[in-house]
Amino acid sequence: MANTIKIRAKIKGDVCEVKSLIKHKMETGLRKNSKTGKLIPAHFIQEVNCEHNGNTVMSADWGGAVSANPYLAFSFSGAKKGDSLKLSWVDNMGENDSTEVTIK
Amino acid sequence: MNMKRRVFLKGTLASSAVAVAVSAGLLSPRQVLAAWPKSAFEAKNVNDALKGIYESDLAPASSDITVDAPDIAENGAVVPVTITTSLSNVESITILSEKNNTPLVASFNMTPASEGFISTRIKMGQSSNVIAVVKAGGKLHSARKEVKVTIGGCGG
Repeated sequence: MANTIKIRAKIKGDVCEVKSLIKHKMETGLRKNSKTGKLIPAHFIQEVNCEHNGNTVMSADWGGAVSANPYLAFSFSGAKKGDSLKLSWVDNMGENDSTEVTIK
Repeated sequence: MNMKRRVFLKGTLASSAVAVAVSAGLLSPRQVLAAWPKSAFEAKNVNDALKGIYESDLAPASSDITVDAPDIAENGAVVPVTITTSLSNVESITILSEKNNTPLVASFNMTPASEGFISTRIKMGQSSNVIAVVKAGGKLHSARKEVKVTIGGCGG
């Protein structure tokens, strides 16, 4: 699958700031197709996981009410320049993607 | 011609490696999906959603949590929300939109390394409170902020 994750991790003081954008349509399952009048099936990211050097620093459970093309920012301590940071997601249809970056 | 055949072979080898990786990776999403709190995300009101996640619906208001969201959101499909808390030992942060069809928006599990900070964008069906529930040191705390929505973002 094409890469769906944009992520940037930067050290600021003693914490690492992580900002990420995921490309995903995040269908709630409540919207109707305007032409056919049928409900568009739910299709959204359920699980997001972020690992710093292999240890989980943040994991999230999401519902369909997170906006399309989700933006997520958070921060954590104990990281240094050059460490690896991995972000992965799984949606309700079993699709998934992950990306690894080095902390700047 | 031969060159093309080489390229073609390389291509098929690469894609089969990807397929193996995906099928190996499929094991973990299954486990992950089992952990996803379905009943909480399908709950129709705030209390049921909280019970689904924390097994408790009591979350006293705390002044140590800030919910940063616009007073008026023009587009309910994209409402920026930032939760910051000065509480220590934050275990999780949950975001709810009170009058959404299913109020639970997202729940973030933090680790001891995490700072008490989450920023994201959510959908809101109509004007209501955005509620942040923070579990810190085994206790629940909450904060809320009213957001007026001009155009709802949950469809239907």
